[in-house]
Amino acid sequence: MRGLVVCWVLIGGLGFFIFPWYVTGDGFFSINWILEYSLEDYGSALPQVFINKKYWLLPLFIPLFFPLITLRLNQSSQLYSKIFLYSGLVGFFYFFLQGFSIGIRGWNFEIFQSIFGDVENQFGVGSGAVLTCCTFIFYITHGLASRGWLNGDNFIVGSIGSIIILVSTFVFFPIFRMFAVAFKGTEGGYEISNFSSKIFNKGIWGLDCLYSDYACGVFWNTVTMGTLTAFSSTVLGLAFALLIARTSFKFKKTIRILSVLPIITPPFVIGLAIIILFGRTGAVSTFLEWAFNIEPSRWIYGLPGIWFAQTLAFTPIAFLVLIGVVESVSPSMEEASQTLRASKWQVFKTVTLPLMRPGIANAFLLGFIESLADFGNPLVLGAEYDVLSTEIFFAIVGAQYDETRAAILAMVLLAVILVIFYLQNQWLGKKSYISISGKGDSGVHPEIPKTTKWIIYSTVLPWALMTFIIYIMIMFGGFVEMWGIDHSFTLRHYIEAFSIDWVKDRGILWTGTAWNSFNVTFMIAIISAVPTAAIGILTAYLLTRHKFRGKNAFEFGTMLSFAIPGSVIGVSYVFAFNVPPLEMTGTGIILVIAFVFRNMPVGVRAGIASMNQLDPHLDEASSTLNASSSQTFRNIILPLLKPAITASLVFSFVRAMTAISAVIFLVSANYDLATSYILGRLENNDYGLAIVYSSVLIVVMLITILIMQLLIGQRKLGRRDQNAAILQGNLG
Amino acid sequence: MKKAEVKFVNITKKFNETVAVDNVSCSFEAGTLTTLLGPSGCGKTTSLRIIAGLERATEGKILIDNEDVTILPATDRDVSMVFQSYALFPHMSVIENVSYGLKMIKEKKEEYTEKSIETLKLVNLEGYENRMPSELSGGQQQRVAVARAIVLKPKVLLFDEPLSNLDAKLRRQVREDIREIQQKLGVTTIYVTHDQEEALAISDKVIVMNNAVISQQGNPKDLYSNPKNKFVANFIGDANVMNAKIDNKEGDSYKISLAEMKVNISTNENLSENIPVAIRPEKIKINKNKIENCIYSKVTNASFVGSNYQYIVSSKIGKIYIVSNDMENVYSVNDEVFLSFDDKEVKILNN
Ligand SMILES: Nc1ncnc2c1ncn2[C@@H]1O[C@H](COP(=O)(O)OP(=O)(O)OP(=O)(O)O)[C@@H](O)[C@H]1O
Ligand SMILES: [Mg+2]
Repeated sequence: MRGLVVCWVLIGGLGFFIFPWYVTGDGFFSINWILEYSLEDYGSALPQVFINKKYWLLPLFIPLFFPLITLRLNQSSQLYSKIFLYSGLVGFFYFFLQGFSIGIRGWNFEIFQSIFGDVENQFGVGSGAVLTCCTFIFYITHGLASRGWLNGDNFIVGSIGSIIILVSTFVFFPIFRMFAVAFKGTEGGYEISNFSSKIFNKGIWGLDCLYSDYACGVFWNTVTMGTLTAFSSTVLGLAFALLIARTSFKFKKTIRILSVLPIITPPFVIGLAIIILFGRTGAVSTFLEWAFNIEPSRWIYGLPGIWFAQTLAFTPIAFLVLIGVVESVSPSMEEASQTLRASKWQVFKTVTLPLMRPGIANAFLLGFIESLADFGNPLVLGAEYDVLSTEIFFAIVGAQYDETRAAILAMVLLAVILVIFYLQNQWLGKKSYISISGKGDSGVHPEIPKTTKWIIYSTVLPWALMTFIIYIMIMFGGFVEMWGIDHSFTLRHYIEAFSIDWVKDRGILWTGTAWNSFNVTFMIAIISAVPTAAIGILTAYLLTRHKFRGKNAFEFGTMLSFAIPGSVIGVSYVFAFNVPPLEMTGTGIILVIAFVFRNMPVGVRAGIASMNQLDPHLDEASSTLNASSSQTFRNIILPLLKPAITASLVFSFVRAMTAISAVIFLVSANYDLATSYILGRLENNDYGLAIVYSSVLIVVMLITILIMQLLIGQRKLGRRDQNAAILQGNLG
Repeated sequence: MKKAEVKFVNITKKFNETVAVDNVSCSFEAGTLTTLLGPSGCGKTTSLRIIAGLERATEGKILIDNEDVTILPATDRDVSMVFQSYALFPHMSVIENVSYGLKMIKEKKEEYTEKSIETLKLVNLEGYENRMPSELSGGQQQRVAVARAIVLKPKVLLFDEPLSNLDAKLRRQVREDIREIQQKLGVTTIYVTHDQEEALAISDKVIVMNNAVISQQGNPKDLYSNPKNKFVANFIGDANVMNAKIDNKEGDSYKISLAEMKVNISTNENLSENIPVAIRPEKIKINKNKIENCIYSKVTNASFVGSNYQYIVSSKIGKIYIVSNDMENVYSVNDEVFLSFDDKEVKILNN
């Protein structure tokens, strides 16, 4: 224990005396400061105090080193834990205070101005400050642990403390900041009138479209879009699920594969394909004009197009929810009903469907949420049809640049989605009729009635065909001049995007225009996958294996970012992190952080699901065999969770490669991402390049998934092998 | 091996509102095997987990070897446990499982390998070192779990229903193996089961629990022949529990009547009007003809179970269950019979 304390004091010391306290132009992780050290630019806290006159940093010294006196104290004494707890708290809050009371224009609060006089502006925290802060967090958790919290387990208390701090900083703080911005007046300061005039606004709530030619407010547009998409994707998803689970259809495998595709599909691909097929110069439109003399129109721009694209995009998600539901209806219940003289149709109507009702409702709500959070399709196909997720974006990047409006729209979107999530939990949580029983259920599901079957065939098959065509087109569309117009073979688009030159003295030149964003995307997706999985699994372990006060709040906090739509996260990050002390906009770090905290809930869920399959006696056995909780976590939990880890690595990688809604706010010239690059191409009507890039992304993701699986390897449990199943369960 | 006594001092454990262990005090003597016996949900596992340090008592103290370990976490206690599900680490081979604990206390590789192999020998699993747990039968897995627990030479060894995953034949064998190993090592062992036969067969002492409290404790023979209350009488073996009427009291000796029969008993407790008493079914004799001082009854059910006959007869004080080894005199339903027994077979129960 003493070793641990000394180690952390050293880390804090490094942060205070050696590492640069403020972030410099070279970036947070840059090691330039070692190479060209100068006290003014790269000074740690101490030189900052004396050379740059930042006297307010000096008091940090006391709480940072005061705990050294405990080296002579009995560890079980009250005093010992108090010293750590209070040093940590004092240090942490002082750190916090000095960070936030000084802003870009000096003091943030006038009181301080009058007491302390003028100060120089604040800079972003650098590595030294972060290390120091980590030490304070350790002091707090060590203090709590020595008080007997969670059996005095440093690892557990420390993990819980760190996760709380991380989630507060990167989920709650930005949202909080966003609320603050919503209430900000035009003159700085806070005003309620400005807020109320912006929120009670025709542009959001207006219903003009019901009785005039004017458009309705964004809120109604959004809700209409969500309802339509949720409805159609649920119906189609159910049809697909029934097709797979309850008919003897031959190409079930193919359909299953189609259902996984959207997960690795970049966000604009479907919108793009729809434009190419049904746009004014699209292949289908041209054909219709030629064959039936139907005037090509712009019908796909607006609600119909968005609806169409979203239905294509989200049907697979509904399918995945519903296939689980359909398969979990216990056949013995249906058999029981059959033996009670019910006909096939009666069985379906009176037993099968009612048992699935909560699942269907669940799929509907999920579809609604997905639709509202969707950014890509409305952006590409929306035209004059405004919805919340894109309006937020335009409010902040467009000519209007209205922070308050962006924040208010984001609040509305967040509120709608939280309400739906709440409904889903409250209403469906208690109402699951999942009837899989532990007893081996050996019955067979009856086939569905004939007419239903034909209805299903006739809806599903054209739809599957449609999906199929879209992917074919994306994979091969890059090889033609221009779809629908000029179908001559060309490699032009590939060359433009991904050409590589070899110049004699300068080696390989990545001359393609896409390389920059591609490399950045790939690196950031890989880098962010690791912390995502790590935090996810650790959180899952804490949630499933430990009891502590406030656990429900902890769980809520870690899962919250799942419910927050990407555009809300994006805009709140802009508000929170483009000013010191946490100044990160324009860096790669902010992209990584955005991905980590957006995808973490998926890791947590995957982790919880597989933790629940691990016999808790395994960890207990390990702890009775003298292993500490961190040893148990390393030796028992991690190896057994390999499949879940693979799954969340792959999943967060893929999500990072295809994310758009949050990161579109955060990309910068140096750190451009594939999706935002594609968006740029689309806006220039450069469809060829967009298609090429999308198909390359799809292929790269497929390959990476395979490699990751091979690297992490299979869990060796002798005869059993659950890897495949779990991975499928997560991806599929 | 170290011998240590384990002591519960007023231990209470609550899960929210549920009281799983209610103010229990008892001791588990050094070097002996004590069984916690009781029906499902009575708090046996919880008590065991409190000893292991996997659960923290809400109130009270627990002493191991006279040292207060109440708040010591499992990691730091010198206690090993064999779990009902065995909890073998599925990603480690047999030898890795067994040496896990030694590795954790940082023993050298040669040392822990040698110790592990020795221990595997002790449980008759030589040659299985490199198998994975999934490649072993249930009984073998169980022995690995035992080996893993004893290789650390703990002060206290805990078993939570170790036999419940084995088939009936194997159970008898394994429980004897466990007893043998325990005696060889002389380690203080606490064993949880809800099978009374198992408990009687292997224990030095049995603690019967019911509804979160101790109902009675003692050595197996004593428990069987002198149950102190209805619960124990019924739970350990079979018993006829009847209400006796007190006719007469003279100092310590009472005259009581059970239906038509008069019985003399003596006790230093002060008995009230009516008292429950227990009689074991095999202690009741069936007579064909009426004798002096007997209970009149009529056979309502007779069945042959191989080694004996079992009857249910009805009498003035209700149904009585009888086990008879008498293969000559066999009775059938509706026969009139006359029951008798020794006075000393009548056990007085607490109300
Ligand atoms: N983690 C827990 N949370 C809440 N209640 C619990 C918990 N563990 C046990 N209990 C409750 O405490 C009581 C005693 O449980 P315990 O597991 O000790 O029973 P047991 O005697 O081992 O039963 P069995 O023979 O069925 O294993 C039960 O009522 C049980 O429901
Ligand atoms: Mg139990």
